[in-house]
Amino acid sequence: MSSSVEQQVTQPYKYGWFTEVESDLVPAGLSEAIIRMISGKKGEPNWLLEWRLNAYRNWLKMKEPTWANVRYDPVDYQAIHYYAAPKRQEKHNSLDEVDPKVLETFSKLGIPLEEQKRLAGVAVDAVFDSVSVATTFKEKLAEHGVIFLPFSEAVREHPELVRKYLGSVVPATDNFFAALNSAVFTDGSFVYVPEGVRCPMELSTYFRINAASTGQFERTLIIADEGAYVSYLEGCSAPMRDENQLHAAVVELVALRDAEIKYSTVQNWYPGDEDGKGGIYNFVTKRGDCRGKNSKISWTQVETGSAITWKYPSCLLTGDNSIGEFYSVAVTNNRQQADTGTKMIHIGKNTKSTIVSKGISAGKSQNTYRGQVKIMKNAQGARNFSQCDSMLIGDKCGAHTFPYIDVRNSSAIMEHEATTSKIGEDQIFYCQQRGISAEDAVSMIVNGFCKEVFRELPMEFAVEAQNLLGISLEGSVG
Amino acid sequence: MLEIKSLRAGVDGVEILKGIDLTINAGEVHAIMGPNGSGKSTLAQVLAGHPAYEVTGGSVVYEGRNLLELEPEERACAGVFMAFQYPVEIHGITNAYFLRAAVNAKRRCQDLEELDPIDFMELLEEKLDVIGWTDSLMERPVNHGFSGGEKKRNEILQMAVLEPKLAVLDETDSGLDIDALKAVAEAVNRLRRPDNATLVVTHYQRLLNFIVPDFVHVLARGRIAKSGSKELAQELESKGYDWIKEPVGVV
Repeated sequence: MSSSVEQQVTQPYKYGWFTEVESDLVPAGLSEAIIRMISGKKGEPNWLLEWRLNAYRNWLKMKEPTWANVRYDPVDYQAIHYYAAPKRQEKHNSLDEVDPKVLETFSKLGIPLEEQKRLAGVAVDAVFDSVSVATTFKEKLAEHGVIFLPFSEAVREHPELVRKYLGSVVPATDNFFAALNSAVFTDGSFVYVPEGVRCPMELSTYFRINAASTGQFERTLIIADEGAYVSYLEGCSAPMRDENQLHAAVVELVALRDAEIKYSTVQNWYPGDEDGKGGIYNFVTKRGDCRGKNSKISWTQVETGSAITWKYPSCLLTGDNSIGEFYSVAVTNNRQQADTGTKMIHIGKNTKSTIVSKGISAGKSQNTYRGQVKIMKNAQGARNFSQCDSMLIGDKCGAHTFPYIDVRNSSAIMEHEATTSKIGEDQIFYCQQRGISAEDAVSMIVNGFCKEVFRELPMEFAVEAQNLLGISLEGSVG
Repeated sequence: MLEIKSLRAGVDGVEILKGIDLTINAGEVHAIMGPNGSGKSTLAQVLAGHPAYEVTGGSVVYEGRNLLELEPEERACAGVFMAFQYPVEIHGITNAYFLRAAVNAKRRCQDLEELDPIDFMELLEEKLDVIGWTDSLMERPVNHGFSGGEKKRNEILQMAVLEPKLAVLDETDSGLDIDALKAVAEAVNRLRRPDNATLVVTHYQRLLNFIVPDFVHVLARGRIAKSGSKELAQELESKGYDWIKEPVGVV
């Protein structure tokens, strides 16, 4: 009979293969010269180069944060290649010019870039190592005035928009990893939805790290102008490697008056092997600014990958009556460590925020929720509801919750709920005795636990997220 | 239906069952009684296949198959049901969802089509009718926040819906007041059929006033010390268990 709670976690990482493709690599290491080289390769305007250099000079003075509940060996920032691109890259006017191997890579990942094969209603920007290799449905979106471009193209084609909003939510010197990103970011997605436009399809970016000894430093900037709406999804994966690879992204969202941005993430970076060897360090700064009245930003994340996750998608509720939401499922298994949560900063009047966090720990992993709700002095009538639930599978993992609450206006209404539960042998056995296999039992219990978050995902991705969760936890109960 | 021979089993290296022999035929109700620590619940758990219990000897044949070789869910699909002494809470899943998952798991084994929620609700109504209950706790999470009595009733409701061939009731009477006890017993009686069998594990004779057994077995120190008819249960109630232990002798 095989029913020890440890076994269910060991399912090989499905996306761990590597594509043999010739890379254009800048030398390893970080210096002003390297930054100039990257900026030069991208043909950037001088203001952007200066912006990068300023970030870099500040970064040199900053210290890597140590307050997160994660342990890892120091990262050697001089050993990383800050730019890697498939050689046959340059400028693609059609998919025919993209290296077929790269196309094949995305197709193997379930992200075919040929438009006719795509999920109807989803436009994709595919980022391979440091560069965007293809963006689908550009023309169709342009008909509606929606700009959906690789970041570097946006810099060329819409410099005024980029310059206006870049760094306006996450300043170049916001924190150590954001400063690093600002200095070396290579590509990412740029979205602008004009006034009054409801973006006609889901926008999505898929990030793939392929080359060895590289990091991925992408930058995403999404602007919903007055009364606009956009739903955006990001996915990611990486080959299995023994070394740790750094992913330090910055995502900035700006919602103007009456605008709404829904940002969903299904994060599946390589988590390292059973013994914690290899895997991605996912050190990401994501922040949205509800800049206008009645605006709304909603973050939904399903985090199953990465060796280490350090990530707090946050909302600045600047506009009166604005709404911030954070729905999160974070799964850790084997030796994974996650320190993730959100910040809701209430600045405007009658602002509302909702936080629903579901942490699932299995194997020998550590899963931490860290969240801050801050009600500023002038935020009259602010409301927050927070719910942080943890689930443990087995008895060698840990779940931690650090909610910080800072209220400076006495009219605020705050609610906080937290629970911890455990999938133990008894629950599994109970299900088995009713004819339900151990694996089905775990998946049923975990999905039940996460359903409040899954129902926030766009429909096309809710199923994917459920499957991913099943795969991440397979083998954690046998 | 069930033939247990010289069954030995234990937990954490401690042998609790020291050679059990028991035969149960279709249509019969057997009661296993015995003092605390005699191995009653161990027997129930071993039949259901709890992974913490290790079988160290003997055999259990159920419907011509070696029961001990089957995974717990395979036993369930083959018609073995255990009503838990301590029903387990599962958060985030409604009772209705759980029960439908169980019914469909069983239907898959039998190559039957799975029931959609509407068909399932029909089945549920029908079964509630059979056992004469109305409210069904269906929209609440499995056993979460249930009273002791509600948990036990929920076990019996699951039994009604899953229609086992062999039902093992592990101390189903514990924690029940007299009205709840009657309701549970009544439901179990209504589910009796010539082609199924019930094994009632209990410490007290009380339950057996309502679920009348065909045979009573007294378990002491890991063995069946005495078997008899329903009168044996009454004798135990008035005399206690001590007089049973003596004649067998302490090993």
